[in-house]
Amino acid sequence: MAEAFSARKYMRENLKYPFCPGCGLFSLSDTFLRAVYELGHRDFSKFCFISGIGCSSWIPSPYYLADSIHTLHGRSIPVATSIKLLHPSLNVVVFGGDGDIVGIGLSHFIHAARRNTDILVIMGNNMIYGMTGGQVAPTTPFQTKTTTSPYGSFEHPLDATKLAASAGAAYSARWTTAHLGELKESIKEALQMEGFRFIEVVTHCPTAYGRRAGFKDIGEMLKWFRESAVPVEQTEKMSEAELEKKIVIGEYVQRKRPTLVETVYAILKEVRKNA
Amino acid sequence: MENKANTKAYFLQGNEACVEAAIVAGCRFFAGYPITPATEIAEHMSVRLPLVGGIFLQMEDELAAIGAVMGASWSGKKAMTATSGPGFSLMQETIGWAFMTETPCVVVDVQRVGPGTGQATKCAQGDVMQARWGTHGDYAAISLCPNSVQEIFELTIRAFNLAEKYRTPVTLLTDETIAHLREQIVIPSLESIEIINRKKPKAGEQAFFGLENVAPMPSVGEGFNVAVTASTHDEYGVRFTADPLVHRRMVEAINNKIRKNIDAIVEVESYNVDDCKVGIVAYGVTSRAIYEAVEEAENRGVKVGYVRLKTLWPFPEKPVQKLAETAEKIIVPEMNLGQIVNEVKRACSTEVVSLNKIGGGELITPEEILAKILGGK
Repeated sequence: MAEAFSARKYMRENLKYPFCPGCGLFSLSDTFLRAVYELGHRDFSKFCFISGIGCSSWIPSPYYLADSIHTLHGRSIPVATSIKLLHPSLNVVVFGGDGDIVGIGLSHFIHAARRNTDILVIMGNNMIYGMTGGQVAPTTPFQTKTTTSPYGSFEHPLDATKLAASAGAAYSARWTTAHLGELKESIKEALQMEGFRFIEVVTHCPTAYGRRAGFKDIGEMLKWFRESAVPVEQTEKMSEAELEKKIVIGEYVQRKRPTLVETVYAILKEVRKNA
Repeated sequence: MENKANTKAYFLQGNEACVEAAIVAGCRFFAGYPITPATEIAEHMSVRLPLVGGIFLQMEDELAAIGAVMGASWSGKKAMTATSGPGFSLMQETIGWAFMTETPCVVVDVQRVGPGTGQATKCAQGDVMQARWGTHGDYAAISLCPNSVQEIFELTIRAFNLAEKYRTPVTLLTDETIAHLREQIVIPSLESIEIINRKKPKAGEQAFFGLENVAPMPSVGEGFNVAVTASTHDEYGVRFTADPLVHRRMVEAINNKIRKNIDAIVEVESYNVDDCKVGIVAYGVTSRAIYEAVEEAENRGVKVGYVRLKTLWPFPEKPVQKLAETAEKIIVPEMNLGQIVNEVKRACSTEVVSLNKIGGGELITPEEILAKILGGK
């Protein structure tokens, strides 16, 4: 057990992440691997990774030395649903970006929370469509300039973590790439739970977001994350206007509800008993 | 069906026969979304699958339904979905994913009148080209087209067998009329039915994609660390999205594994093709009208031969060409404004005559076919 942590041991040989220099997804992947290591997993034999299309979806596929299924844009959650039901003993983990999970794939996200599908969804929220070069996303803060909101975005962003909590998730939390210690503990906690677990990681994207939104460097983006972070416990007293400029962090919900695996297998057992 | 193994004849609806056949074929996962006229397949599956230890899911939409089918297939299960034209359209992107990742599955499309919402409860044959070219890129589709409840049973099993053998999605193209038709069907003993299962890799194997002789397919959770992607990938599942050679090699392989086996895949029912003046090429519900028309024409001294297509894709060129060797004209009746007729024209140089009817689910009648045989316009 004294074996030291090495991210390399969880990665396929001779492949390099394609992320831009300074991308927050390096930190997200590293933090995830550390959480897995600290839980005592020395390989991914108990895991299956599902992802969609977008930068975050490349975290596991094909880089993790694991079973990984790289699905279509927005469709990772339905694929993960059947895999978990048919392999209940596997940790089924979905990685995706904000466009993938709560843009094009939003309906699946809500229904998976409703069903309490036993999967962990980790969403790297860079607040932009990064892979296509920086278009406005459903998560882009109000009035931000992007390549398709040149005069500032005129829509308000979606709160995915709050949505997951209200739709029925067993666990829902938000952190940023400036809160990696908390993120690691959160991933460990979620990996040990059943049901639908959602972790949103507000991620710095210096290339597609920071550059156009007026951040000089990554340090400035991380400073923004640190300074605008408000623990969810403190938000009750805050007005909507006050919250608009903040990034709420922490655990929105952590609860036990009957999960999809439990309810599906209970019916199977019952039906076969009576058959 | 397992509990009915020793009996022989049943009186079933087409959609029910499809479900029973799927279970015989080994289908243990179904995900769907309600749509007329395919809904009975989901309803019947929801009853039957749990009885044989399978899982039924009703998903939030067709995108999720076919997505769950992909996950089930990579979990080692035979999996299926059923829909109609609009849902089939929604599933097309994932069907392309299945071609590219070589994911076996069966998609049942119970055709109704389109385009758009069209006429939900009425019969049509308008999805023939969608079954062939519905998704983008280069691929070789397999589509089977039954014309009776009995044949829905047989071709559903065959659809699973072909999907497993060639690691590819297979479409079963039925229609509102035969899907809702109730007929007697005879089911042979289960031992006599050929069931094909996908080739599994041996320990240590790593090449799971893009082989012309069909690569072995691992399941997740078996320790193979399989990487699956519908982006251009090599034999090991690693993405090469900028390399033209890797793309050509893999896409040619997934096309060739079908193209080089056309003779084994294609099934037709042929009659009098060596000795006829007039030929008919028909398929699905429309082909039920040809028998009476042929008999009546023969009574009047006109020799008619036909090729009934049980396989629509890959298109049965050779049997059609054989018919064209003797037939002076070929009639192609279909419940669309002309889809398979263009394939027939492409395959031969004989005069080809369309007979089309659309809307309202009104079938093409034997009299209408007879009129064409006898030279009517």
